[in-house]
Amino acid sequence: MRYETPSTAKEAVSLMAKEKGIAYILAGGTDLLVKMKAGMIEPDLVVDIKRVKGMNEIKKGVGGYSIGAAVPCVAILENAAFVKAWPGVADAANLIGSRQVQGRSTMTGNMCNASPAADSVPALVAAGAKVSIAGPKGNRKLAVEDVAAGVGRNNLKKGEIITSIDLPKKAAKSGDAYLRFTPRTEMDIAVVSVGVNLTIDGKGVITKARVALGAVSTTVLLVKEAANAIIGTKLDDAAKANLAAICSAACKPIDDKRGTIEFRTDVAGVLARRAAETAYARAGGK
Amino acid sequence: MPLDQDLEIKKFKVIGTRVRRPDGVDKVTGRARYGADASAPGQLVALVLRSPHPHAIIKKIDISKAEKLLGVKAIITSADLPDLTGGDRGMLDILENCMARKKVLYDGHAVAAVAAIDATTARAALKLIKVDYQVLPHVTDVDEALKPTSPVIHDHIFTDGIEPKPTKASNFNKQAEYGHGDLDAGFAEADVIIEKSYKTEQTHQGYIEPHSCLASVSPDGAAEMWVCTQGHFVYRNQCAALLGLDANKLRVTASEIGGGFGGKTHIWTEPLALALSRKANRPVKLTMSREEVFRCTGPTSSTSIDVKIGAKKDGTITAAFAELRYHGGAFPANWAEFGAMTTWACYDIKNCKSLSKDAVVNRPKTAAYRAPSAPQSCFAVENTIDEVAKAIGMDPIELRIKNAAKEGTKSSYGPVYGPIGIGATLQAAKNHPHMKAPLAKDTGRGMACGFWFNFGGQTCVDLNVTPDGTVTVAVGTMDVGGSRASLALAAAEELGVPYEAVRVIVADTSSLGHNDMTDGSRGTFSSSMAAVFAARNAITVLRERAAKTWEIPVGDVEWVDGEAKAKGASRGNLAPLTLKDLAKGAGGTGGPIAGHSEIVADNAGVSFGTHICDAHVDKETGKTTITRYTVIQDAGKAMHPSYVEGQYQGGAAQGIGWALNEEYVYGTNGRLQNAAFLDYRIPVCSDLPMIDTQILEIPNPHHPYGVRGVGETPIVPPLAAVSIAVTNATGVRMHHIPMSPPRILKAIKSARM
Repeated sequence: MRYETPSTAKEAVSLMAKEKGIAYILAGGTDLLVKMKAGMIEPDLVVDIKRVKGMNEIKKGVGGYSIGAAVPCVAILENAAFVKAWPGVADAANLIGSRQVQGRSTMTGNMCNASPAADSVPALVAAGAKVSIAGPKGNRKLAVEDVAAGVGRNNLKKGEIITSIDLPKKAAKSGDAYLRFTPRTEMDIAVVSVGVNLTIDGKGVITKARVALGAVSTTVLLVKEAANAIIGTKLDDAAKANLAAICSAACKPIDDKRGTIEFRTDVAGVLARRAAETAYARAGGK
Repeated sequence: MPLDQDLEIKKFKVIGTRVRRPDGVDKVTGRARYGADASAPGQLVALVLRSPHPHAIIKKIDISKAEKLLGVKAIITSADLPDLTGGDRGMLDILENCMARKKVLYDGHAVAAVAAIDATTARAALKLIKVDYQVLPHVTDVDEALKPTSPVIHDHIFTDGIEPKPTKASNFNKQAEYGHGDLDAGFAEADVIIEKSYKTEQTHQGYIEPHSCLASVSPDGAAEMWVCTQGHFVYRNQCAALLGLDANKLRVTASEIGGGFGGKTHIWTEPLALALSRKANRPVKLTMSREEVFRCTGPTSSTSIDVKIGAKKDGTITAAFAELRYHGGAFPANWAEFGAMTTWACYDIKNCKSLSKDAVVNRPKTAAYRAPSAPQSCFAVENTIDEVAKAIGMDPIELRIKNAAKEGTKSSYGPVYGPIGIGATLQAAKNHPHMKAPLAKDTGRGMACGFWFNFGGQTCVDLNVTPDGTVTVAVGTMDVGGSRASLALAAAEELGVPYEAVRVIVADTSSLGHNDMTDGSRGTFSSSMAAVFAARNAITVLRERAAKTWEIPVGDVEWVDGEAKAKGASRGNLAPLTLKDLAKGAGGTGGPIAGHSEIVADNAGVSFGTHICDAHVDKETGKTTITRYTVIQDAGKAMHPSYVEGQYQGGAAQGIGWALNEEYVYGTNGRLQNAAFLDYRIPVCSDLPMIDTQILEIPNPHHPYGVRGVGETPIVPPLAAVSIAVTNATGVRMHHIPMSPPRILKAIKSARM
């Protein structure tokens, strides 16, 4: 196995593109190293991107925040301005693993690992985030909801790497929230998860919304009907009931060791309602 | 040394103080050596090939390719472990569990093992071993296993305890019955009869340290093993017998232990490491992965239990019956029988009976887990008692107090009780502020009481006085819960020296006579008793040395507060001789000063506890949060109260985990689905409230200080206490443990329909 530490994205792309065997990107390594230790994968090449210039930075530009692919979750949580702007995304970063794991783990890695239960994804999908991709044939952008192709599979092509997650400019009177259900308080994996991002007008009426569900399908679902159910409302009880019913109906879960179809379907609606309430309050709604 | 020595009620000097533990600093600084910390020059790495099938015939194992791999030094299969048990089926079962013989009996059953120069080579070698299986139908559920239609796992099991003994082999290995009185008459007297069925899922002890051993067999037949275990003498005896070694030539040293709770009372991979070392002529280290610990060591039984209780309106329980169905995993055991013995132990019931049915299933061999079999039985019984209380409109604690066993009660499992603590713990619970505290919305309170036998067994202690007048104590009963500190307290108390003057170690198997393993809450009970006797024997020697020094009769020398004093008016001019003085002069008075004790510590003294639990349930998600928890238990005498409290809290924490989320999940393919801590959910710190404790001290008359074992009883009531609290929070009785959120939400929804 070769281990490389390129200093530019171009170099990283080139290494990944040229490798004929099995190649993996190493950021925090909280998925990769665990899988290697368990003997689940045996890579021929590991490309560590932590020394790539700019990949460790959180930048705030005119368009919004850009989180480098190698930024650990803790760095996000320690960025007070970011946490204030995107509390739902920060909540998601704060739920991945333990504090020790968060010191290494990255949201980009969490996304590329393509678990349907990935904590970072529903919040980023709700936020309307995109990823910047560098590849042998140039750069491109992809919506976060389009990164995962299925369980454990992503839509990056040979040689492509994600360089950053780009969030849109935070709208005035908007708020986001992420909730997940786990049997334990922490150190756990989502059985169901929901990200909600919404914007209200001066009267408290929701003008824009995005609702994403995790762990209820092979990939995270962006549920437009759920957003439509609350747009134009002040998140009254009827709207909330409608939102919950639509989210439950949108679930395509499985029975497994973590939960049943029935449980995931029921709880998706409950969490959607609770996440929407939090997001609405964060937007300044009463 | 006579063991019927009566309790001496006396004022203690150091017993009952909260001294610093001798193993504490090394443990918190990482210096302590656990199983995997042992290493030897030239050691090889061993890995085990395990079956992916729950039940299959091994048609052929081809190791030829793996043997040729560069760096592979030895490969063993069952062919390298011939049956030397001489017809002892129990020992053959142990061997067969360590390495499958003709059939694999559960997912994870070992079929071959490799020793190689490094882990990479060993992993590659495992992939080169080809096993040809003929897959057989399997059964993992205890009720299914007992049906006549079930696949039969062993053709040599014919149910014990049924007359006439069946002639057809089955998975039903043993039936037993306990109790007394006339059930029919008792139920006829009852105003109310409650009859319910319960299920509990399989749980693992969840110790953080995986099993690990380093084995080194020399060509002359002498061997050493460093291993994480609760009983290195038992490991020595069993490994020697199974491998044809002389026990005196196999020296086993126990490492520090990162949790055992019963799971490290059995040998698992140790014979494989020894056999590999013998074949490779190199030291071999074998450390299990977490996945192996879950798949291949000894979890507790999953169970299915029916309970029927009849009571009068005044709360008198007139009759009680339970049928308990447990399994021993792939090998026959008597876990249901243990459960049956505990069923009615808290109560004085005129007509009671419990019937046990033990089965085998295609799951790993069941091992002891802290008061094995009692928590499940307690869950079923206490929930039914709670329903009886509701049915007759009586406070559940009053109902229990009314029917509690007391001194002189003939227990349901046979013996007549001496002084016991069940009534006292119930009264203490009734008067505890927790019982009267207001409850928040969607929060329920539950209480339950539980019992455990406790055990004494064989222990050896050597106490030696060093030339500088300090004291070393060597014990062979493994310290799993802080017994080294308690032994030092006992020796210091007897000798009249400070706690710090005594240092205790756990000695290896070649240094002392046989010691039983640390199970049955026997560690501190039996070892402290042996330490007291060893110290008293040393005092006899010390008095003799003083007598020799003074040239007076030994009868005129007494040992007071760490000094020899000459008795009588005429001796007034003799200055006392301290332990230091006598140690210093030992070379001139007869040589080193020591005291020894080899005992069977009988009459361990039964143990009772009562727990109170507050549980909040989110009725929309089924998630339970334990908001308050109190443990009240009789310790006899708490030698080191902090350790006793730690045992109470630890047992409660494990019981809460079992009650709420821990369970083995098997797929329809018979494979374990959650062999990792992510999906086998033991509680993390933030899942638990601070667990309050109250120690009661009702002395055990058969220990010099009144000590009772305390380690196991605390895990008995939590399944019941938590489930009753959840029932009171939701209004729905929970009959299935664990009460995971999907189970609770489903129960709430079903009740609404």
